[in-house]
Amino acid sequence: MLDRLRQSPLWPMLWKELVQMRRDRFTLGMLIGIPAIQLLLFGFAIRMEVRHLPAVVLDESKTTESRALTQAMVNTGNFDLIGPVADREEMRRVIERGEARAAVVIPPDFETDLKRRRTATAQVIIDAADPLASQAAIAAAALASAARNAALAPTTARTGRLEIRVRPWYNPALESAIYIVPGVAGLILTLTLSAITSMSIVRERERGTLEQLIVTPVTRAGLMLGKILPFALVGYVQITVILLLGRFVFDVPLQGSLLLLYAATAPFILASLALGLFISTAVKTQVQAMQLSFLVILPSVLLSGFMFPREAMPTAAQWIGGAIPLTYFLRILRGILLKGTGIEAIWKDVLSLCAFALVLITLSATRFRKSLD
Amino acid sequence: MTAPSAPAIHRAASNGDVAVHTAALRKVFGSLVAVEDLDLDIHRGEVFGLLGPNGSGKTTTIRMLCGLLEPTAGQATVVGIDVVKDPEGVRRRIGYMSQRYGLYDDLTVAENMRFYGSMYGLRGARRETRARALLDELGLRPRENQMAGTLSGGWKQRLALACATAHQPDMLFLDEPTAGVDPASRRLFWDWIYALANGGTTILVTTHYMDEAERCQRLGFLSRGHLIALGTVDEVSHAFGQPSIEDVFIELQRRDEGQNAEAGGQRPEARGETRRPIPDSRFPIP
Repeated sequence: MLDRLRQSPLWPMLWKELVQMRRDRFTLGMLIGIPAIQLLLFGFAIRMEVRHLPAVVLDESKTTESRALTQAMVNTGNFDLIGPVADREEMRRVIERGEARAAVVIPPDFETDLKRRRTATAQVIIDAADPLASQAAIAAAALASAARNAALAPTTARTGRLEIRVRPWYNPALESAIYIVPGVAGLILTLTLSAITSMSIVRERERGTLEQLIVTPVTRAGLMLGKILPFALVGYVQITVILLLGRFVFDVPLQGSLLLLYAATAPFILASLALGLFISTAVKTQVQAMQLSFLVILPSVLLSGFMFPREAMPTAAQWIGGAIPLTYFLRILRGILLKGTGIEAIWKDVLSLCAFALVLITLSATRFRKSLD
Repeated sequence: MTAPSAPAIHRAASNGDVAVHTAALRKVFGSLVAVEDLDLDIHRGEVFGLLGPNGSGKTTTIRMLCGLLEPTAGQATVVGIDVVKDPEGVRRRIGYMSQRYGLYDDLTVAENMRFYGSMYGLRGARRETRARALLDELGLRPRENQMAGTLSGGWKQRLALACATAHQPDMLFLDEPTAGVDPASRRLFWDWIYALANGGTTILVTTHYMDEAERCQRLGFLSRGHLIALGTVDEVSHAFGQPSIEDVFIELQRRDEGQNAEAGGQRPEARGETRRPIPDSRFPIP
């Protein structure tokens, strides 16, 4: 058994890829340079707008006035109420999982304070990991309090004023970069990995070396693994570069476990590699491989929540986004990096990624032939 | 260029020990029948030449025998193993040198050797010994640290031969191994082919060069996917009533082109293939 493993053609395949990679300084430079450049570009340049944040209400007051305030918040169009929560613990859980991006907290003595002509204070808590969402929440809070104060104005002689305080969680400074870095990490991984994998296989076909590999006794699985595994290593180098740059240039925190992050990256990398393998079976030239990779990746850029929050998208776009591995990987990355989420909050996303990897590997493996037919 | 006669082969060529056997082998690409009902036997230890104009089905035949293409119909065994049922079994026992050599340009000579040796399961000292012996024998040793991509045609050909024989295969398939190679290298190459054949390796070679065809013990002529002649050099020449193999070749080519003209000249690439190679004066034969 051990001897068979030692004799496996997988080892010379891996060795060959690594030697070639080391020789091809330009491509190697690109593989590490592209993430860095993209990161700097996106990190410094991107600003966006958002509406329809899913929000929950923790109404401890349960009065006419608290309901009126809630309605005023909804009327701004920046919040979509997804339901009430019972206590602060539940609220924290819902936000941590990303189900809600904001919470309106109305304390028990809200109406009493108003009636006693004191300043009544409500709170809006926002998941500020996405600074754009936060800005939307801040604007909504300001609008809602202004609206309610105007409505109460004729009676101010008898009541106090109300005030809404915004508490940004996870990203108190509202830095765009902190939100962008995990996005760039995921996008670059999936794009470069599927592009270089497909191009590397097509290059061997173009140069006639694939023909030579096929006549060796290496199995189909061995040939596929030998071509994709070296790029898994590249993927880990890339994500490390991005995390380091994010940490030291953009002060992106690492709240959660690095080990969990690296482990959850594995199914995502596998899915991207399998996608590359699949692309290689559909094209004839390296240029086509490159173009198809970009085309396949385009929905990831637009619909995964990398740039535009998915909450603001039409339902159909959200469904398509749900069929993209990057969508799940982004939630995992942002969760671990910014919120310090543990496996208990992201296991569903990790499972989804594993399912994607499995399906893509099966699909491309059935298409990949060890012959020239 | 004079056509040297085939050196004596000590092995009995027709001892009934069959290295390649095909029966009604057929390959169809879409509407094109590349190989039609091929019945062929190649004896163990034989140097067999497969000839024919471009597009006649030579490469397709070799690729089917190596398990690179799946036959559309018919059957084929190589070294006694069915190529459809057990392609991996066949691959372990054969060597294959394609027209494009299949070398990694960005690996050195020694690295290409090591890689292909390892792919056939050679490891450690066994691999190094074998690699050193082959590199010495083929004169590649002084260039072992040179990138394969910077080698000239003749040296690439030698390296490809070394890689294809690293695992000492029973059967060697050579698809136009000497295309674009200078005459001195070609002569040396054929010396190695005969050395391998004398060691018991069966050789199937395709070529466009008539002097090389005349070095083969037996020939098969393919035309438009059909095997139209089979036998020794003299037998084939006589069968067509031509003085030499080259005349047979030109005659066949003319017939093919006649048919093409009728068919609207659909295969222009088949023309002009019978010209003798112009000897390269930069590499005079010593």
